[in-house]
This record gives sequence, C-alpha cells and structure tokens, in this order.
Amino acid sequence: MKLIAAMSGGVDSAVAAARAVEAGHDVIGVHLALSSNPQKYRSGARGCCTIEDSHDARRAADVIGIPFYIWDMAEEFHKGVVENFLSEYQSGRTPNPCLRCNEKIKFEAVLDRAKALGFDGVVTGHYAITKDSPTGKTLHRAADIDKDQSYVLAVLRTDQIEGAIFPLGDTVKTDTRKEAKERGLFVANKPDSHDICFVPSGDNAGWLRERLGSETGDIVDQAGKKLGEHKGAYTYTIGQRRGLALTVPDPTGEPRYVLKIEPKSNTVVVGSHDALAVSTISATPPTWCGPIPEINKTLRGFAQVRAHGAPLACDYKFDGTNLIANLDEPVFGLATGQALVIYDNDRVVGSGTICETI
Amino acid sequence: MSGIYLDHAATTPMLENAIAAMDAQLRTLGNPSSLHTQGRHTRKDVEDAREILAKELDCLASEIIFTASGTEANNTAIKGIYWQQKSLGKNVVVISSIEHHATLDPAAWLAEHEGAEVIHAPVTRDGVIDLEFLRKLVASRGSEIALISIMHANNETGAIQPIAEVVKIAGDIPVHTDAAQSFKKIPLSFKSLGVMALSISAHKIGGPLGIGVLVLRRGVEIPALLHGGGQEREIRSGTLNAPAIVALATAAQDKSYDADAIAKIRDDFAKRVTQVVPGSFVNAINANRLPGIVNVTFPGTQSDTLLLLMDGEKVSCSTGSACSAGVHRPSHVLMAMGHDEISAMSSLRFSFGRTSTQADCDGALDVLPSVITRGRAASGV
Repeated sequence: MKLIAAMSGGVDSAVAAARAVEAGHDVIGVHLALSSNPQKYRSGARGCCTIEDSHDARRAADVIGIPFYIWDMAEEFHKGVVENFLSEYQSGRTPNPCLRCNEKIKFEAVLDRAKALGFDGVVTGHYAITKDSPTGKTLHRAADIDKDQSYVLAVLRTDQIEGAIFPLGDTVKTDTRKEAKERGLFVANKPDSHDICFVPSGDNAGWLRERLGSETGDIVDQAGKKLGEHKGAYTYTIGQRRGLALTVPDPTGEPRYVLKIEPKSNTVVVGSHDALAVSTISATPPTWCGPIPEINKTLRGFAQVRAHGAPLACDYKFDGTNLIANLDEPVFGLATGQALVIYDNDRVVGSGTICETI
Repeated sequence: MSGIYLDHAATTPMLENAIAAMDAQLRTLGNPSSLHTQGRHTRKDVEDAREILAKELDCLASEIIFTASGTEANNTAIKGIYWQQKSLGKNVVVISSIEHHATLDPAAWLAEHEGAEVIHAPVTRDGVIDLEFLRKLVASRGSEIALISIMHANNETGAIQPIAEVVKIAGDIPVHTDAAQSFKKIPLSFKSLGVMALSISAHKIGGPLGIGVLVLRRGVEIPALLHGGGQEREIRSGTLNAPAIVALATAAQDKSYDADAIAKIRDDFAKRVTQVVPGSFVNAINANRLPGIVNVTFPGTQSDTLLLLMDGEKVSCSTGSACSAGVHRPSHVLMAMGHDEISAMSSLRFSFGRTSTQADCDGALDVLPSVITRGRAASGV
C-alpha cells in the first residue's frame, strides 16, 4: 500500500513508520505543523509543535530512508482542536484534545489529504489494534495495556479506522524503545510527551485564564449557599479537592469536592465525596466502531471514562440519541466533556462525549 | 540519485575541476597565516585564487574578503556598514521587499536591536525595484540613509534589478548588492556597478558549500562580526578555508555555463508549461531575468503538495520559502509583486543550470499535468 506515516518526532511514530516500510509498504513521512508560529515553542521542547520535534521527525525519516515533508495543519488544528478545547471549558466541560486531534486532524484532515494524493492510509505510532471483520475493520485495545490508546481513538468512525494503520498495537513500549535503538533511531530515549501540546508551559489553568479571562464568581454548596469565591470557574475540575480556599467550614468537618461547574451563573458547586458518585452516564453524539446496536436494547460491556482509567463493568444501550451506561459500581469525580467509551472485552463498540451524569 | 534536478538556484553540481582543485588543496599542509614554508605555500594558493576572483568580479584583489557563506557576506556588509554610518548619525536601512532572508533578517535584526529604521522599497508586478520610489525616498530622506541593499537578481523569479541605476540615485549613500544568484550567470562587474559592497556564494556556481565572498570597496573600514586573528582586513577573522577558496576560484574561471542554451530550455519550459497546465502563468514574465529561473503559479494548488508529488515523480523543484520548522509559507517575493497569500502559496520555482538538458525540460512537463490535477484535488479537501 501507499501510506503516509504521521511522524511527531517521537519514538513511537518513528518505529511505526520503520515497521510499515519493512512490511513492504511505500511510505512517506509527514510531520504535522500544528502551531502557526512554531518558533514560539522553541524553548518548550515538549508536545508535538516544536522545531526540535520537526527536526527529530526529519532525522528519523532520513534514517529509515523515506521521503519526508512538513504539512501545515495549524489552521485545521486551531479550528478543530484548540477552539473546541476553549469552548468546551467555557461550557463547563473538561475536553480531551488528543481525542479531538485524532478525530479531526490525523484521521480526517491528514487522511483526506492523503487519499486525495493517492495514498491508501495513515500510519501512526498509536498503541491500538485493528482487526478485519465482515463488517469492516474493528478497533481493539493494545497488547500493552498500560500504553493502550484505544480510548483516544474510539471517536473514529469505521471509514476512518479503515484508513488507519497502527503497527505498534502488539508491542510493549519498552520493546519499542529497544527496537528504536536497534534501528539507529536516536529518538529511542526521548521522553514521552504528557502535557497538552499547545499548552507548552504545562500550566493548563494559566493558559485558560489568559484566553478566557478570570472573572470571579461564587463557590456554593448544593443548597446554593456561598462558601467562597473563585477566579475563573473553568480552572476547576470535577472531583477537585485542593485549592478551593473556602471561607465557610463544613459543619461535619468533611472535606469538600468540586461537584459541578455552572458557566452561566459562573458558580462552582462543592459538596461531599458521596455526592461525586456517578452511576449513570449519558454521552452524545455516539460514534460506532462497527455495527450500531439495536435501539433501547440493553447490552453488557465495559465503560471507560478517562484516558488511562480502568474498565468499569456496565449495562449500556443506545436510545436513538445518546449512548447511556449504567455502571455496576459508581465512579467518583467524573467530568462532562470527557469521552465515554464502551468496550466489548477488548473491542471498542463506540463512544460519545459525556453530557450528563447521575 | 537519478531524476530530474530543476533546483539549480538552490545549489548546482560542483564542477569536476573545482572538485579536483579542492581535493589537491585538501592534501596540502599549511595554514595560510603561518610564516614557514608550508604556510607560505598555502598563502600563495589563496592569493592566486584571490587574484583570479578579482579578475572575474572586476574588482581589486584587496577588495575581496573571504567568508563562510553568502549569508555571512551579507551580514558583514549590512551590519558593518550600518554601524559605521550610524556613528555618523544615519539609521535608515533601505532594502527591497524581495530580498533573500540573508538580507531581510540582518536588516530586521538591526531594527530590533540597533535602532535602525528599515524601509522596504516596493517592486513592480514584474518584481523589479520601483526606482521612482527610491528616487523620492533619497530626495526626501537621503541624509538619514545609512545604506541601501538591493539584490542583483532575485532568487525566486530571476528578475534582474537595475543596480547601476540604484547606485546613481543613491549618490553618496553606500549601496550593497547580493549577487549570489547572478554571478557567472550574467555579466557582473563590481567596478561598473559602482556599489560599495557585493556578496557572492561559491556553491551557486559549481564551487563548494561553505565559502562566500564579500567584495568591499578599498579603503572602507567597517566593524567586524567575527573577531580573532584578523585574517581578512580585520573585518573577518578565522583561518582561511584554502581548499574551498581554491575551488571557488576554479569554478569562477569555468566557461561551461552556456547562458544562451540554458535560457533557451528555460523559455521552452515557460512557454509549454502554460499550454500543458491551463490557467498557470509565469511570474515576472516581462522582467529581464536570469537565464535559469522560471517561477510558475498554478492556481488552485498548494505548492508544498505539488513539491511532494513532483518529488514522487523524481522531479526536484522548489516552493520558495519555509520557516525554520519547515512549514511552508507564502513567498514574500510574490506577495510583494501583488499576489495574495493563496496565490503566493501555489507557485513553484524551476531552475535550470549547467547540467540541464532539453530532456529535463520535457520530462518535467510530462509529469506536470497529472501532478497539478492531483494537487488541485488535494487542496480541495
């Protein structure tokens, strides 16, 4: 096949590209420039937007022996990922930008461009497995469960998965590093990226404050009684306990947690740990990585609600609009805006953005 | 590496005799600044080369300052002349809006760090400096102008600039010209141009990478960028790169660049490209241009995509400019000529050189229509 290898400058995508070449594919390396002004991130040297990373990606492509180009996806990234990130926070939700990047950039903008140029698919260094099935390709958890990235890929439609090649799905990360070293790829020891790539300082709250302002508002209890003040509701996360600076102590002496962020009234609601418990999760709009379940039919599966969260046994159903999961055991401190991903053992059934929790 | 190489303006194959000269010099022991036998021997080779270059550039041997690149020559001239003139109370730097980054960026640096006011002189739609603008500027603010730096020929379009006219308008104002693209492609005489300073680069003429020349008028003393042994008139320090210098001089003497033959291939390409790709057009078509360069706009495409596709067809050409991270940017040269961003990002430069053949031209034209079709499809998604 003729493939585009998306190369971030990290070890995973470099080894993935090398394996695709070795498998006999005709591969071209592409580094995605996601910031319209990469220079400003020069000192950051983290994430996927730096000069150092584009250099590392080029060097890896040269060592592998494939052509290499830079694709400017800054505009698409800003529209599809950064703006969405901001508007989700403004709406009181906690978004996952990596998931949006997979959905809108790597397996939409890049895949579409690749196809228009006559390529068959996009190779990435994601840890996930695809399998052929009678209804098309399906998405599964990686062999290395600690590195499994099926959660951030679950947002892909079947046609997007058809164009996705994940050569590292069967590999554990330590072996990837070892293989990179054996292949002479100097990125072998490059540290993993953890932060949000367009927040180079790692200071998410500060970055949001700069862009959304820091309008003060009330911190209230569930009855609406004012307990303190906050500087920008969106800098809080559901389940957060520290840094609330409440002036009115709880009568029982129990610690209080952020339960809810209400952007319209600009208030942060706090309460006891018990009040964080969530048993029913609704997510919309659902994306199905395979056949669409029969409407209102209750099925058994596992729900995952965080990038590296544990699978939670549940009943789930599709009511025609939302994907709804009823957990066997409650989960605590769940933010809307994150993805609900349903698994049938290791297979991704579908996903949606969490819109309501009860 | 097979394929069709149409990027001679970026760099061109080294001449065999220049390689031989460099190879021989690499095997010769001696620092040209040493006073013993070996040193004197290497010094003689360097000074022979200097005299050869002086003849080719029509300047005095003592006016030649060896640098490590054309970029260094530009930086040395622009910053040095600015500092010298600033001590006389002048702080305006005039450059054209189509300069190479090796001129744009030192000028911008002077503005940012040294109190310079940089004026970008506009160009016509054909990419030639607007002399009327310059005339008015010199008439109104001449006493403030520290220097004028305008390239001899543009690297993206090949448009030749009327430097002799610029010098006339400038009067006593120092003029520098970047002649990296024009040296050995069209007649070039330091003396008749009348500029104070001129830069060239060896690898554009079949010499090696890593060697350039600043020609600086005799008697002009400017502050140095590199301090050290003071080898080159105290204006440039660093052990002289004798092998590269000797190879540069050899390349400068070479007569195998047939400007007429190259221009003929280029013209054939320019004529037929608009036939095989309807809607495409050649930039700076009415300007007096270098023999080897043709810049074509293909509306509805993105040139970085075109480059990828051409590369896939084994044809090498160029998109103009990219930032330090390699992100494709609209060409400031084409923008200055009146293109909008979208159109400036849908243009390719094809540059022909000494080794170019009619078959190269035909081969590129063979693959272009399908590349443009695919490129247009990709830019629609």
